[in-house]
Amino acid sequence: MTVGTLTVEGLKSARIALVGPPNSGKTTLFNTLTGGRQKTANYPGVTVERKSGLLRTPDGHSVEVLDLPGSYSLRARSPDEAITRDVVLGRHQQETLPDAIVCVTDATNLNQHLRLLLELRPLGRPLILALNMMDIAQKRGCRIDLEALSRELGIPVVTTVAMQKSGVQALLGQIDVLLRQRSASDAVRTIDGWQEPSPDAIRAYHREVERVLRQAVVDEGIPARFTRQVDRVLLHPVAGPLILLALLFLMFQAVFSWAATPMEWIDGGVVSLQQWLNAHMEESLLKSLLVDGVMAGVGGVIIFLPQILILFLFILLLEDSGYMTRAAFLMDRLMSAAGLNGRAFIPLLSSFACAVPGIMATRAIAHPLDRLVTILIAPLMTCSARLPVYVLLIAAFIPNIPVWASIGLQGLVMFGLYATGIVGALVVAAVLRLTVLKGGRQPLLMELPSYKWPNPANVLLGLWDRVKIFMRRIGTIILSLMVILWFLSTFPTPPAGAVEPAIYYSFAGMIGRGLEPLLAPIGFNWQIAIALVPGLAAREVAVAALGTVYALSGDEGAVTEALSATLAQHWSLATALSLLAWYVFAPQCLATLAAVRRETNSWRWAAFMFVYLMALAYIAAFFTYRIALALGGG
Amino acid sequence: MNAFTAQERRAFELGCTVGLGFTQPMGQMRPGSVGRILAVSGSDRDIEQALLEMGFVEGACIEVLHHGWLRRDPLAVRINQTMTVALRRCEANAVIVGPLLDPAIPTGLVELECAPS
Repeated sequence: MTVGTLTVEGLKSARIALVGPPNSGKTTLFNTLTGGRQKTANYPGVTVERKSGLLRTPDGHSVEVLDLPGSYSLRARSPDEAITRDVVLGRHQQETLPDAIVCVTDATNLNQHLRLLLELRPLGRPLILALNMMDIAQKRGCRIDLEALSRELGIPVVTTVAMQKSGVQALLGQIDVLLRQRSASDAVRTIDGWQEPSPDAIRAYHREVERVLRQAVVDEGIPARFTRQVDRVLLHPVAGPLILLALLFLMFQAVFSWAATPMEWIDGGVVSLQQWLNAHMEESLLKSLLVDGVMAGVGGVIIFLPQILILFLFILLLEDSGYMTRAAFLMDRLMSAAGLNGRAFIPLLSSFACAVPGIMATRAIAHPLDRLVTILIAPLMTCSARLPVYVLLIAAFIPNIPVWASIGLQGLVMFGLYATGIVGALVVAAVLRLTVLKGGRQPLLMELPSYKWPNPANVLLGLWDRVKIFMRRIGTIILSLMVILWFLSTFPTPPAGAVEPAIYYSFAGMIGRGLEPLLAPIGFNWQIAIALVPGLAAREVAVAALGTVYALSGDEGAVTEALSATLAQHWSLATALSLLAWYVFAPQCLATLAAVRRETNSWRWAAFMFVYLMALAYIAAFFTYRIALALGGG
Repeated sequence: MNAFTAQERRAFELGCTVGLGFTQPMGQMRPGSVGRILAVSGSDRDIEQALLEMGFVEGACIEVLHHGWLRRDPLAVRINQTMTVALRRCEANAVIVGPLLDPAIPTGLVELECAPS
């Protein structure tokens, strides 16, 4: 059948790229064009997402659509924008030059958005201008003479309403027209002789935009007041920060309370699977690997999936509605004191739930140095995995006496631990900015887009993407690290007639005992040293490991209770405080290190983070221990 | 300074608009004031280029909408009534703004109706 061959031929060659400024509705248009059939991958070397999908034109061509990162200009200011430039110019190593470019612009903001099109036009590639959000522009009474616009620009112009399937028909038809004319330009592989536009060239582009719009815009319409009215409240010097605070509180509440039930389900599922394996498998190394290594380790990370989902739901809703840039606006001055960017705020906030999604969320920060600083301090935010350890030690050592009104000493210590993390992070950020990550302060130049209702399809697709990334990581790097850790805590097996718990004789035990002299100055005994080794996998595993070392048995709740009593008996207050201080800083989470390695694309930064956090933890624990001893806490 | 009417002086003092014959850096403008960009001249070519790319170009009408709550930084500025951009004061000061409808200023770029709201 002819249609079949056409499709195959189309698959082989036809590729179009969507290019447009941020907030032009490009991603929504992409989702509608491809109907959600899309692949997200990463460009090698940088953590820029490569989004591609397939669409079918009315002629029956199958066309690959590439959603390039939003950019105001071909002069790239961030790694994302560099990808757009390189693909459009055919310089990218993994991508061949697209057959056609669809330049997506916001019809309500042609004044600013058309300049990118003028930068693309001299490249001489097949080009379509898509006037997106045309429905909104028309509602405002804006009328554009499309023929005049097309004539003045010298390229085909179509209007699109990206939210509706029917709103993209004109664009699909125009793609077919371009594909029919395609043969002439097929030989072009790269575009030579492109130069970054100089300031004067940009000014000339602006003048050209003015000229074209004078010809083509029949009626400008009345600018919408809605966003201005809302901003008057949300960016208000007093109300603005308060509303942000309230929103954050809601977000936290959601992450911790809504996620509790699904987390219990996951925990229950993992436990019952372990019990089932315990009951149905013979005692063997394989069983130990599955139950103690894979299930316990992966289960300990996967349990955070509900929190991650809820967190990203909030983040995506805030992004899509346009509020996120307002949050960055409100926080910028505060954050810039520590050399951070306003956009670092949300990733850091996310890190209170878990540093892994926080580090994933740093992708919103365009500048590489700003992003790196944010990644490096994210683990200092007290994540929820530290809570079991804090709760155990505070319950065992801090008397529950009221300090003032209903505020107790225990709560105060807990608050102090959170605060220490935040202050530590800000100090570290400032120091990093002055030393390792020196570099000019990046200007904040951020569009505050109009508010709109979040598009459910965009949000769901975004959420699905995050889940896939998280699950893929669990399936690969985290799983393998867990297996290695299990190996270290299982082999060699204890000799016959052993008196100490089995872990004492394993490699982990040897490492722990080897570390003991090093850890003695900060008041850690060999039991703690050993528990810290499996605790590397995830912080809360240390609680279970301490239970193992003190040879306690029973279910989780019973162990924690018994452990609390045992620790109060065996440890000094100074030791407990020292361990708490250690936990504020110590990089005891392989999943975080793996995330850092993935997002920075180098083990170097992961190693750097590990070393600096270890050093901080040791120093903090040392001083805490010594001061506590001096004050009679021995 | 050129002569200006008492009304214009008052408007300038109130920070409602940039008065006739005056120019001021955008970072000095108060929320609610409007003006036309006369020059974009960062000491830094990168900043100049970034500002131009965001639409801060000679001849454009701007309106300062908001200041941040802490030390009145950053600023939210509306350009040509269509796009709102947030930027810090130090970058905003690279944009020199004059009165909106001063005929003495050769803009030559736009003839948009851009009345203060």
